[in-house]
Amino acid sequence: MSGFLLKRFATFVATLVAASIVIFLVLEVLPGNPAEVILGPEAPPSAVAALAHKLGVGRPPLQRYLGWIEGMADGDFGTSYACDTPVVDLVEQSLAVTLPLALIAMTLNVALGLALGIFAAARHNRFADIAIMGLSQIGIAIPSFWFAILLILLFAVELGWLPAGGFPGWSAGLWAGLRALILPSVSLAIVQAAILARVTRSAVLDMLGEDFVRTARAKGLSRGAALRRHVLRNAMIPIVTIMGLQFSNLLVLTIVVENVFYLPGLGRLILNSIANRDVVVVRDVVMLLAAMVVAVNFTVDLLYAAIDPRLKLREL
Amino acid sequence: MSATATFPGRALGHWSFLVGGALTLALLLVAGLSLVWTPLSPYLIDIPEKLQLPSAQHWFGTDALGHDVFSMLMVGAQNSILVGIIAVSIGLGAGTALGALAAARRGWVEEGTMRLADFAFAFPAILTAIMLTAVLGPGIVNSILAIGIFNIPIFARVTRGAAKVVWERDFVLAARAAGRGPFGITLAHVLPNILSLLIVQATIQFANAILWEAALSYLGLGTQPPQPSWGRMLNDAQAQLFQAPWLALFPGIAIVLAVLGLNLLGDGLRDLLDPRLARSR
Repeated sequence: MSGFLLKRFATFVATLVAASIVIFLVLEVLPGNPAEVILGPEAPPSAVAALAHKLGVGRPPLQRYLGWIEGMADGDFGTSYACDTPVVDLVEQSLAVTLPLALIAMTLNVALGLALGIFAAARHNRFADIAIMGLSQIGIAIPSFWFAILLILLFAVELGWLPAGGFPGWSAGLWAGLRALILPSVSLAIVQAAILARVTRSAVLDMLGEDFVRTARAKGLSRGAALRRHVLRNAMIPIVTIMGLQFSNLLVLTIVVENVFYLPGLGRLILNSIANRDVVVVRDVVMLLAAMVVAVNFTVDLLYAAIDPRLKLREL
Repeated sequence: MSATATFPGRALGHWSFLVGGALTLALLLVAGLSLVWTPLSPYLIDIPEKLQLPSAQHWFGTDALGHDVFSMLMVGAQNSILVGIIAVSIGLGAGTALGALAAARRGWVEEGTMRLADFAFAFPAILTAIMLTAVLGPGIVNSILAIGIFNIPIFARVTRGAAKVVWERDFVLAARAAGRGPFGITLAHVLPNILSLLIVQATIQFANAILWEAALSYLGLGTQPPQPSWGRMLNDAQAQLFQAPWLALFPGIAIVLAVLGLNLLGDGLRDLLDPRLARSR
């Protein structure tokens, strides 16, 4: 493995460890007794003591931390206090909603954002460019959860074409499940596509002004061929950077949008767990989401190396 | 437009600066006015008057408890501005200090600061808010802290990148030759030279803070009732979506106008304060 990749991988692992320490400190050490947090201030001391014993609060923090990490490595995330079920099962059910939602939204975002951005750059300063940039400026300002509510108003309340919320489960059939994810993923994708279109446009415009593009045109390449072969490849670094950020963003924004549509994903799980003071579930889901964000960042680093081979040689 | 045109002259001809400035000014005026006057009290519960359509008495109608929506929107502007200003100040203060330190000291200080910034990106504002809420319970302070912490690495990166460029300039070399230390040079030369960049970034982050605050209040993690907030109003409106769909429109439009205004203002300021950055527009 080259120095660049090795260094990035070390950062990836170190970030995961640091994130787990911060989450553990904030959720388990800072509040003093997690059993008190779970049961609330009015709970009788005997109940608090019993739960504290069950959670192993008496053990030193370092031992508890290592126990948590070891458990996660074995696929044992602990037991939800509120549901009395293993957290792993809850997370698995939730991921079956959240991951497809994030992936569909990301696909829509990339298709729409790249196409509009490249089209706007190709029509620089003409009507289509100005219209796309104006619309994207408004798109960036729209909160995705409000856009989601507007979509519900139009497609569920007025037209009655799509469900206003809820999820029938994948057992009800692929189409029934996908139907429930259409409005949520569109509401997530449109706002992100507005951002991606702007970044794509300016990255492409930057490259169009470069000498090597002029050379390519001078040697007889058509506008389209120069765009495909020289401009896009070089414009990919800023575009991939922003796409990585957007995928992390989408994963986190599913928390909001799932709550608009009452989808039983990670976002519902985590908010319900907060309402139930179910610290064990909150801890594990926050760790999972943080790990996904870090993994996306690491993947983006790998993509950099694939796009620009010079990076692999350079010591960063 | 000549290159020597004065700032006010250029600003008056700049479309996005004008529109953004006007919208931002309107936001500030509404919030300021709401401190001394609203058509009705936004806290007044009037059940017989609930879910009214917009009328002469209730300009934007009433919600499920008979609150006057227009008055709530006005006071909600205060809330957005309060969260935005404090959260951006936290990010600007701590982030700029860290970024300037990284650029001035190089070596392991820079490496450490930037790894810290990388690490902070693993915690988007919502995750921080969720952790704080799980421990402290929901509230406006959580959303301010979460958005503020989220802003620190953003400002740290921007500051470091721009400050490193300034450190390469000849006048910094001259100052160093004259015996000024890194702290003095940072205050006298580096910060004044990156100020316009920071102002632009702060404006954009202010807009983002309003969006995050709305999302957190919508989820019930941020500002708590009876204090009106735009996000919370949308949450309440969703419960009445079939009986009173118009309730879901006004708070959303308020958010879009505020965020759009600040974003346009930021874009305009970027063009006007540093024409070199504007080449690709």
